[in-house]
Amino acid sequence: MSKIKCQCGHENPFGTVLCEKCGRPQTSEAKESELVDMRYEGAARRSQTYNKSIIDRIWNFFSSVKIGIGIIVAVLVTAAIGTIFPQKFYVPAGTEAELGAYYERIYGFAGKIYYNLGFHDMYNSWWFITLIGMLGTSIIIASVDRVVPLYKSLKKQRTKRHISFMRKQRIYGEGTTENPDDSLDRAAEQLKHLKYSVKVEEGALLAEKNRFSRWGPYINHAGIIIFLLGVLLRGIPGFYVDDQMWIREGDKIAIPGANGYYLESKKFIMETYSKDEAGEVFGEALDRVGMIASNYQTDVALYKEKDNALPGSTELEHVKDYSIIVNKPLKFDGYNVFQMDFRLDELKSMTFQLTEKATDQSFGEFTVDLVDPQRDYKLDNGASVKLLDYYPDFDGMEDGEPKSKSRIPNNPAFIFKMITPNKPDGENSFVAIQKTLESEENDYKVNFLSAETRDISGLTVRKDRTLYILLLGGIIFMIGVVQGSYWHHRRIWIQKGSSNELIIAGHTNKNWFSLKKDLDKVKETAGLPTYEDRQDKESVADEKERGQS
Amino acid sequence: MTKSNKKRNRLIVRGIVLLLMVSAVIYTIAFKDKVKVLSVGDSAPDFELVDLDGNTHRLSDYKGQGVFLNFWGTWCGPCKREMPHMEKMHTEFEDKGVHILAVSVKDAKLKVESFRERYKLTFPIAIDQTDSVKGLYNISPLPTTFLINEDGKIEKIITREMSEEEIRSHMESIQPK
Amino acid sequence: MELAKLSGYLLLISFVAYLIATAFFGGAVKGAKSEASYRNNQWGKIAIGITILGFITHIGYFATRWMASGHAPVSNMFEFTTAFGMMLVGAFILLFFIYRTPSLGLFALPIAVIIIAYAAMFPREITPLIPALKSYWLTVHVITAALGESILAISAVAGLIFLLKNVDLKKPSRERFWLEAVILSLVLVLGFVLSSTAFKVSGYEAEFTYIDKDEKQAKIEYNYPPLFGMHQYEAMTPGAMEPLVEMPTIVNAKTLTTFVWSIAMGLVLYLLLRLIFRRPLVTLFEPFARKANSQLMDEIGYRAVLIGFPVFTLGALIFAMIWAHEAWARFWGWDPKEVWALITWLFYAAFLHVRLSRGWDGKKSAWLAVIGFIIIMFNLIAVNLIIAGLHSYA
Repeated sequence: MSKIKCQCGHENPFGTVLCEKCGRPQTSEAKESELVDMRYEGAARRSQTYNKSIIDRIWNFFSSVKIGIGIIVAVLVTAAIGTIFPQKFYVPAGTEAELGAYYERIYGFAGKIYYNLGFHDMYNSWWFITLIGMLGTSIIIASVDRVVPLYKSLKKQRTKRHISFMRKQRIYGEGTTENPDDSLDRAAEQLKHLKYSVKVEEGALLAEKNRFSRWGPYINHAGIIIFLLGVLLRGIPGFYVDDQMWIREGDKIAIPGANGYYLESKKFIMETYSKDEAGEVFGEALDRVGMIASNYQTDVALYKEKDNALPGSTELEHVKDYSIIVNKPLKFDGYNVFQMDFRLDELKSMTFQLTEKATDQSFGEFTVDLVDPQRDYKLDNGASVKLLDYYPDFDGMEDGEPKSKSRIPNNPAFIFKMITPNKPDGENSFVAIQKTLESEENDYKVNFLSAETRDISGLTVRKDRTLYILLLGGIIFMIGVVQGSYWHHRRIWIQKGSSNELIIAGHTNKNWFSLKKDLDKVKETAGLPTYEDRQDKESVADEKERGQS
Repeated sequence: MTKSNKKRNRLIVRGIVLLLMVSAVIYTIAFKDKVKVLSVGDSAPDFELVDLDGNTHRLSDYKGQGVFLNFWGTWCGPCKREMPHMEKMHTEFEDKGVHILAVSVKDAKLKVESFRERYKLTFPIAIDQTDSVKGLYNISPLPTTFLINEDGKIEKIITREMSEEEIRSHMESIQPK
Repeated sequence: MELAKLSGYLLLISFVAYLIATAFFGGAVKGAKSEASYRNNQWGKIAIGITILGFITHIGYFATRWMASGHAPVSNMFEFTTAFGMMLVGAFILLFFIYRTPSLGLFALPIAVIIIAYAAMFPREITPLIPALKSYWLTVHVITAALGESILAISAVAGLIFLLKNVDLKKPSRERFWLEAVILSLVLVLGFVLSSTAFKVSGYEAEFTYIDKDEKQAKIEYNYPPLFGMHQYEAMTPGAMEPLVEMPTIVNAKTLTTFVWSIAMGLVLYLLLRLIFRRPLVTLFEPFARKANSQLMDEIGYRAVLIGFPVFTLGALIFAMIWAHEAWARFWGWDPKEVWALITWLFYAAFLHVRLSRGWDGKKSAWLAVIGFIIIMFNLIAVNLIIAGLHSYA
């Protein structure tokens, strides 16, 4: 019951549409239809089995191309929904509560629903990942189920096919010629000339070209599977590093995610197009838009811990100097460091002057480094200033004590002890930006003269060992898709019928136009009977009209 | 091959393929946001820092003894509040083989020194100038304290302010036997 | 400045050449009596000759602009859209020499003309490259992606011809309705071009300040009489029209104003044409499609997807990923433009699958080709102008 026996005696597997051996139609549908369905050569898919268990049923589900298309459409629609509002990683909010509030504030009720349904993080949601997983499963199973029987039936196809197979081809013609054997010979000759591989047996001819293009789809599917595998591997620790770092000019800090490597920022450079230099060509655009940036760059030095050195030790070895520019990352040991962001003008040092209030006489200037300040500053005429304490990010008083919000010098404040020949015990003064506090009236004061700033570079550190796998997947996909799209599998059958009759049929998986062109050439030299494209009703009608007139 | 054999093999192969696909999806969903961080039971990565007095401290030098590794900053309120408790426990446990090592997360040296004087701290304080130890231990909130036992394994990670009593019991937990 | 000017003239020549060639293709289709004369008639030969001439001057525009600016002219909306129009013509010429069908030219060239006209509505001056675009991948990625899209667009042209021929346009039906909608959308693009040109010629300008979504004050300049005002706007230009309605922060009222003016102008134009011809516009096109062979159009539609799909994959996905990795440190970031490239790709993948294994050819396939073109246009127009992302440079 599970095998189908053909009239020619061949036993075909369950699900076969056209006999593997002679090509006779096997199903009642195929017998009745005018044109035969040539997909997969009418061979049975592997999943089409007579007995089914639950696993077989799941397998069959994924084997169906219809289901595959359904999954593609589902991914497509889900992906599109994800672009209605920005995804969470493009939104300036840190916590979940802030996120929810952001969507509601900016996009109103629709934003709230979008957030609550989880669409704000669509591409990381479990259902999207599941859909991609189903797509992968479908690609694997549907391909495996088809490629094996297709390969087998193309390999063992016979030269002579049953007349019912020939008659049900889209390209078909029959007629009598004077010398069929001679016609066959000449046809074989011409087809070889057209780069077909030709087989002749028992008065039948099979000419075939570009069979390899039939494997294109399976190769490109393999490429997609390799690509998806690469994406999957990024979840494994060590395969993928993604970190951010902010580095200030002059700092030397460890590169996050890249143990043992250190980066020193020498300078951050931002350049814009100037009208003087680029005015001739870009002047109009600069007038309209205003300033246009031309370059973001961080000049760095890369260091590495000496062998056997431990993290935290200061024994570093210089590896190289490099200028990180957008589109030109620093590369080392599988890592890439990218120029991504910047902040300009963070305070770096401040210069003050010590003066006597009454006479306005100056004892000289001193500069406080805001990152690593010194304790004592010697001035002229025996005066000096001692920095008692320092608050980089002054944020008011707490329990009568100045408080710093962070270690970043956003709003520096200082407690200076001013020692002068007149006041050898010193006077204390609290100095903040635009503000000076004294516990009792002082004779001297420290006043602000100038400040120096520095820029901060925002860099991204990446290591992605899956890139080569992804690239391999992409290359294999391209090979497969080109192979399947730019070449087409063409076949032409020519057979002797009774007496002087010749029967011709043709099939191609794509591009019937070129197959017909080939056939026309053969027809002319070999004197074959006329054929018709039975799907092209218009040309047939056209032809008849011309014949009559 | 008999027919039932063939069917069984088919089932096994298909079952394995489907199982692999399902586990790939579950793996991706479960590990999508996970980053590798240190956790309890891991061995504490070794490092080397110089304290304010110029002494070099290597974590591996403390093998066989307990280490109370505290990351802090002068601007951080909770750090400030727990420092006096730590000082007290330091004098109590130093002889029992539990050592405090305080790592300042890149503060200005002047600030740390003023701070030490103010609170009269006697345990070693080092400044992590390059953020490398901070990165090694994935420190984000301050204060964060790692309790490291005599085998060099992480016993506990605390990411909040501690009272004197809590510090005492934590120190007892890593006291060498 | 010389080169830039020359480049502008060359583009104008192409534009005119495509218009003339369209007329000659019309003559070729009208004059043809049989299949043979349809393929090889004099009008058709002249038409393709003029098309090639226009294409050469178009390439001339591209090359001279490239020389003038020092980078491939694909860095903003005007440049990209013009290049897309150029490649559309190139793809048509390629397919014309395979299949020799004047009908294809009769429909492909007007679409190219509309696309170029649309492009010309954006700022046309040569802009320098921002740091993110300074890479040879700009040239490689954008040109390949545009080439792929333009070949895919030819599939829609063939599909449209197939539908015009095979849908019964004499009596109302759902298919006729949707075909009319496709024609209407082309008229709306014309409406945009007309209204934009009209207000540009009249030199209309009105400046406003407003509060943006980060609660900062910003400035904006309208080139259309403002129907909609930005959030908490204040007029800066004295005597200019006051906006009728104020919009919340998420809506760009300027874009909305432009949009509404274009739609209004397009609708007026459409109604005018309906009044003149007194029947659905789609029926006007039917005679031009009648000569085309349905089987051939179906084949061209499929073949164009087969040729364009690999090119699109290479340019819009693979090269895009490589460049994204170089510039933004990740090969894929779910930026709206990226997602819509993926959607386009998935759509054509589905197209190939339904065609191959569900046997969807003829009308179904033709409709899918038309929808595919709409997705491509959506990615070009709406995603750039409405859904802001990393790609919105223009």
